[in-house]
Amino acid sequence: MTINPDLQGRSYPAKEVYDVGREKIREFARAVKATHPAHFEVDAARALGHSDLVAPPTFAIIVAQRADAQLIEDPDAGIDFSRVVHADQRFIHHRPIIAGDRLVAELHVDGVRAMGGGAMITTRSEIFALAAGATDGEARDEAREAVATATSSILVRGEGQ
Amino acid sequence: MTPTLSELAVGQDIGSRSISVTRTDLVKYAGASGDFNPIHWNEAFATGVGLPGVIAHGMFTMGSAVQLVTDWAGDPAAVIDFQTRFTKPVPVSDTTGTAEAGAVIEVSGAIGALDAAVGTARVDLTVVSGGQKVLMKAQAVVRLA
Repeated sequence: MTINPDLQGRSYPAKEVYDVGREKIREFARAVKATHPAHFEVDAARALGHSDLVAPPTFAIIVAQRADAQLIEDPDAGIDFSRVVHADQRFIHHRPIIAGDRLVAELHVDGVRAMGGGAMITTRSEIFALAAGATDGEARDEAREAVATATSSILVRGEGQ
Repeated sequence: MTPTLSELAVGQDIGSRSISVTRTDLVKYAGASGDFNPIHWNEAFATGVGLPGVIAHGMFTMGSAVQLVTDWAGDPAAVIDFQTRFTKPVPVSDTTGTAEAGAVIEVSGAIGALDAAVGTARVDLTVVSGGQKVLMKAQAVVRLA
């Protein structure tokens, strides 16, 4: 398989909505061995000024990797998932992710660089929260708030790498 | 005690912790995150693609390492920017049925930079497992009063 060099600059629009639930925040927090009470007890989160449970700093990876899957599974991209290695990751939080948020992610392919027989691909997921009651379509896109920018580089190893 | 920006200095230590990891932890992380790549739970698959064995998700290492910063800051929402490069895999031995860890990740943090104008401190994390640095440029920017 060969990585399609025309991927750079491509975007994938926001698709499904990710509903952030309290139990998912608790489950993810336990899975990264977080113990801060603001992930588990609503009263503790409210005492810090948040409206509900606060997600851990890397929680956005769930939404970002769902967005990345659109690229990895795109037959036109030429990416063999079994040869993918995660090279770097960054999260910029415009505001915290809070239980009850309804998130969508737009994926942008910012860079494609040939490396040996493989390629380094840099993607950026712009994650937005939808306003309460917003439904699909244009109204949804107007009533959204920037939540996080997740940038990730993956190395797709070439044959013999 | 929540740290105050004006009382911090570059180079200051924010503490350290040791994180025990088992294969069960990787299965839990797979379920919680939705990342079911078999290199994180299936020995035969992992060795078949040239790895020494099952390895931890890079995002498990990144996500557990930042807890030192979260607890120090006093509010998980104070971490407004967090990045790392994944440089070495963390192999996790199969210790199922024993009380032993399959790997240990050692995390320590120090103040790398202060920006009084915007009210942030950058914490630089050192993350080591099996004697090797497994994360590089692991930096968390924290908003402080």
